[in-house]
Amino acid sequence: MTGSAKLIRIMMVIGLGFSFFLAGVAGPVFAVEPDEVLDDPVLEARARELSKTLRCLVCQNENIDSSHAPLAKDLRIILRERLSAGDTDAQVIEFLVTRYGDFVLLMPPVQRNTLILWIAPALFMIFGITGAIIYMRNTKTVTREADLTAEDTRRLAELIAED
Amino acid sequence: MISEIGHFALALAVMVALLQAALPLIGAAKGNRALMELAVPTALAQALLVLIAFLALMYAFVTSDFSVEAVAHYSHTTKPLLYKISGVWGNHEGSMLLWALILALFGGSVAFFGKNLPLVLKARALGVQGLLGVSFLLFILFTSNPFQRLFPAWPNGNDLNPLLQDPGLAFHPPLLYGGYVGFSVAFSFAIAALIGGKVDAAWARWVRPWTLAAWVMLTLGIALGSYWAYYELGWGGWWFWDPVENASLMPWLVGTALLHSSIVVEKRNALRAWTILLAILTFSLSLLGTFLVRSGVLTSVHAFAVDPARGIFILAILILVIGGSLALFAWRAPSLKGGGLFAPVSREGALLINNVLLTAAAGMVLVGTLYPLVLESLNAGKISVGAPYFNMTFGVPMIPLLLLVPFGPILAWKRGDALGAVQRLYVAAGLAVLVLLVTLALTFDGPWLAALGIGLASWLMVGAIWEWAERVRLFRVPLAQSWRRIRGLSASAYGATFGHFGVGLTVLGIVGMTAWRTEIITVLELGESRELAGFTVTLKSVEDLAGYNYDGESGIFEVSKGRMTQNLQSEHRIYRVTGQPTTEVGLRTTPLGDLYVVLGDPQENSERPAWVARMYYNPLVSWIWLGALVMAFGGGLSLFDRRFRVGAPQKARAKTVPEAQGVSA
Repeated sequence: MTGSAKLIRIMMVIGLGFSFFLAGVAGPVFAVEPDEVLDDPVLEARARELSKTLRCLVCQNENIDSSHAPLAKDLRIILRERLSAGDTDAQVIEFLVTRYGDFVLLMPPVQRNTLILWIAPALFMIFGITGAIIYMRNTKTVTREADLTAEDTRRLAELIAED
Repeated sequence: MISEIGHFALALAVMVALLQAALPLIGAAKGNRALMELAVPTALAQALLVLIAFLALMYAFVTSDFSVEAVAHYSHTTKPLLYKISGVWGNHEGSMLLWALILALFGGSVAFFGKNLPLVLKARALGVQGLLGVSFLLFILFTSNPFQRLFPAWPNGNDLNPLLQDPGLAFHPPLLYGGYVGFSVAFSFAIAALIGGKVDAAWARWVRPWTLAAWVMLTLGIALGSYWAYYELGWGGWWFWDPVENASLMPWLVGTALLHSSIVVEKRNALRAWTILLAILTFSLSLLGTFLVRSGVLTSVHAFAVDPARGIFILAILILVIGGSLALFAWRAPSLKGGGLFAPVSREGALLINNVLLTAAAGMVLVGTLYPLVLESLNAGKISVGAPYFNMTFGVPMIPLLLLVPFGPILAWKRGDALGAVQRLYVAAGLAVLVLLVTLALTFDGPWLAALGIGLASWLMVGAIWEWAERVRLFRVPLAQSWRRIRGLSASAYGATFGHFGVGLTVLGIVGMTAWRTEIITVLELGESRELAGFTVTLKSVEDLAGYNYDGESGIFEVSKGRMTQNLQSEHRIYRVTGQPTTEVGLRTTPLGDLYVVLGDPQENSERPAWVARMYYNPLVSWIWLGALVMAFGGGLSLFDRRFRVGAPQKARAKTVPEAQGVSA
């Protein structure tokens, strides 16, 4: 694990240095370039979808599909090579995760160290709704005042609002 | 010389802010009127001094004084005037000074416009504002002095990051900071109310205009940032769930909740403790956003500061402000219990649901944003939390919220009538379903979720108009009577209508962009064309380009459809000083969608000259930002409600005076 982490760090440094070098020398390097695109449209569509969920490791929170960095280009090409070789989406992802770690996934996997991350949204909803219910319970329910018709109530509300 | 004056003014501002913090708060605690009255002159003086410092820095930038470090690092003589000015806040030091300036200006405005505020409340609120001022001014002086001199002075500067040399980004930070820092007023009032132990309708009415103003600026700031990303980054993305964007979205979500809950305090005197908590949370999240961006915790385009001393200083401010205010809240809030009663199905109930869902959404964004940072600092692994995660979780609270929006304003206060509300909205619902079905029929091979999205957007828009029509009883009563009602409706009511309608527009844009975007990425020779979304796009010419501080290539694309022909220009530039490349997009914006063309690199190894070309058709995309504009317009309209007017009319004053007496006596 530490070995691969070190490797990633080295690669990131090289990639960063390389991208600065390119930025200084060549023109803008863009996202997906025509020469990368696969001839098979179905395969290419799969590659595009996949590359939107993969992080450009040297960028800040950018996927490899839109990134200009040379490392992202390399990843796009590797991804397409694997797909052309007949890998399934899961196999490609597994290949990249063993090489670069979970960091490459923009959608974090569900595992021990991401448990809280995945439970949190549900907890927020449950806490919020329970909190609201408890609040409503604690404040005594309004008793029916007078039996006004809906029309009357609305007229009344409007008159108050107008005031 | 001018820079030294600025530096001196800044140091003086700390002293004045210290007085502003200490004397009125002591005065309020001891009941000393003279001390309390010092709040106003000190707040005004602080604003004036920080303004002098800011103008001094601006002078250094405009005159290209490269003996000032910030100017040397982030400016250049060839830069156009607009970017010399915006360069003032295009760097860490200057942007913190802008932060402090806006804080001081808000404090000064409260002092200036707050003539009818009870003295104790005003003294405490301005005192808290002064404390915030002290913290940030000290931060600037100790860790980020913008007036730091360089010796020897540089012959010329390093230039501003070319991505930031853009009119959109020139105004993005001031608006965003106006939003962030504007929420400090709600915060200060909340702390003042907690100290005084009194929150009532009058309090809510005093705070509301400030919250509205901050919210409007934050909305505009976020929208401008998003639009900038869309046209500047060269592939048409408009929201990336980048931590820096999330940092601005969180205060917006909680601030929106605050805007709604304070209505309940004002009209029904309920949800008081909750509203105070929201005011604290909104500003705390603003501070957290400042910390995330300014400390260098995240290394991105946005973070120009990588210096641990700064990070620790801001973290200390963050912990003191958030920890202190929450502790005060925990101690004092129990005294705020009670208030107006209401049934679950009522306007208050709807606003409570709104608050729960918005806060939950903000909580989710918060966890997703901080999780990787926390995990990494605990050495528990390195993960990314990106767009796919946020897209999945954010919808959980937001979709029910959007579905419920049209019901809120139609329910009566206290005890609403669910069945009646449904009955009154059935035409709106019917129209939305009709739009949904038509969309489905027109795009039967497209994603069916998109049709649902369009249905949702229509529901929001028709719902907003329908609620207005109901209020003025359009076509139910004679038109003359409706007209009287149209004119009589309060500015806040119109504000809500526009606000909710704007949400619908934004949803429309998001759905269109997400579902039906098409693109071609290809190599074009001169004169070659491609078909995209019914348009014929031809690369007509490519010429070398020499701008004021950049070189590059400029491509002309001819776009035609039927009898319409138009030329679009796209450039890629390389800035001479930094060597950094940027793209300028060719855009044809229509209400139905944007045609977005980008000239890429020349192809070296082709026989005839050819270039990479990227073309996108982005359906309905401009409604994303127009919707935000409409929302902000609604917020601005609410500001003009006569209830908030300075020197409010007799009727409103008669109501507030008895409540205020206890405090001001």
